[in-house]
Amino acid sequence: MININSNNILKGWDRNTIAEKIANDLPHGSYVNLGIGMPELVSQYIKDDREIIYHSENGLLGMGPSPNENEIDYDLINAGKKPVTILPGGSFCHHADSFSMIRGGHIDYCVLGAMEISIKGDLANWSTGKGIPAVGGAMDLVAGAKNVFVMTQHLTKEGRPKLVNECSLPLTGASVVSRVYTDYAVLDITDNGFKVIKIADDIPFEYLQSVTEGKVYQ
Amino acid sequence: MEINKVKEKMTDLLSDVFDGATIMVGGFGEAGSPIELLHGLIDHGAKNLTIIANNAGNGNIGLGALIGQKQVKKVICSFPRSPKGITFAEQYNKGEIELEVVPQGTLAERIRAAGSGIPGFYTATAVGTPLAEGKEEKIFNGKKYILEEALHADFALIKAEVSDRYGNLFYNKTARNFNPIMSMAAKNTLVQAKKIVQPNFTNPEHVITPGIFVQKVIEIKEPIIETIAIEEGLTYP
Repeated sequence: MININSNNILKGWDRNTIAEKIANDLPHGSYVNLGIGMPELVSQYIKDDREIIYHSENGLLGMGPSPNENEIDYDLINAGKKPVTILPGGSFCHHADSFSMIRGGHIDYCVLGAMEISIKGDLANWSTGKGIPAVGGAMDLVAGAKNVFVMTQHLTKEGRPKLVNECSLPLTGASVVSRVYTDYAVLDITDNGFKVIKIADDIPFEYLQSVTEGKVYQ
Repeated sequence: MEINKVKEKMTDLLSDVFDGATIMVGGFGEAGSPIELLHGLIDHGAKNLTIIANNAGNGNIGLGALIGQKQVKKVICSFPRSPKGITFAEQYNKGEIELEVVPQGTLAERIRAAGSGIPGFYTATAVGTPLAEGKEEKIFNGKKYILEEALHADFALIKAEVSDRYGNLFYNKTARNFNPIMSMAAKNTLVQAKKIVQPNFTNPEHVITPGIFVQKVIEIKEPIIETIAIEEGLTYP
């Protein structure tokens, strides 16, 4: 493994490109839950050849984009507690029904951020082990959604790999991640390691391996 | 004599609340949060309360203010961090308030179970995580699950859009959230509704929470909107 420092960190895809790659992998007719933050970008890149239904775990199916300033309704918010809209064909439900959609395996895809992902598909994204613990719906989503996609930078701000042999932070779920989208590559979790599905043009395979703990293969 | 669950005074609505009670508070963030009932509870003065809610208050109104008045000894919730959630954080960091963090779906299902006579259930949520520690495990069809127990309460504070004198309720948009299941889980369900229709709902298809789950209702025509109130610097009392 080469020593990664700020001088030799390569630049891969920007976050919009990552969002577009995820958007292209969501099939027509899917029910999708996008995590708060970077995953929310995905909805901007859905092509016209498909319709996706967005679920917000506070009890909204068929979520639309942010409202105009004069259309804000503080009773119509998303899981990030920001005002949103509801699209034609949408519906409201109470929290237990909304989480039955997740826990009962009805949500086709969820897209979440990550602090660490292990080679076995373990995910850590809810706690640094410090501060006030707060979990929200992350553990339900990773346990219940049919496919768990992770959208993340490949390296931490300090330049350490996020794709690791064993997570050091408290887990959100064990063996739950299906696919990881980073600024360097798209990787599937397999029994043999991180399988490269796509790699950014400017990223050599050897570099990808050097910034990933655990085996990467093509 | 007709059934009438509608109360005119907040003191009548909250008259049965006692020190040490376990109280569910509806709402997800500000949507569906019964801010006026929480302010009524501050005026009432009950102490050593255990609060079950999704969050632990924002700003110094509603649940944030109740915690600020040191009336709460424990919070059971999924996400106790809010952008302006000062009062909980202060007491938590000093070790003055207990916290039980529960995954949001498990929280909802534990509440639903309590209202439905189900003492416990197995779930895959949180398996292999720190939140599964000490919980009974069981394998079904080769997959591991943990046992979670029903979450009961003495009272539920609920915000509805419309009620009638029977306590039949419906909600507004995502303000529904925890309110219907908490109404079912608590022994005493106390409701603030924006509008009370007389004599009853014209269309029974519109009832989301049937009145059997509701004990008392009060009309609060123009409830505080949390975001605007916090922007304006409102605090309570």
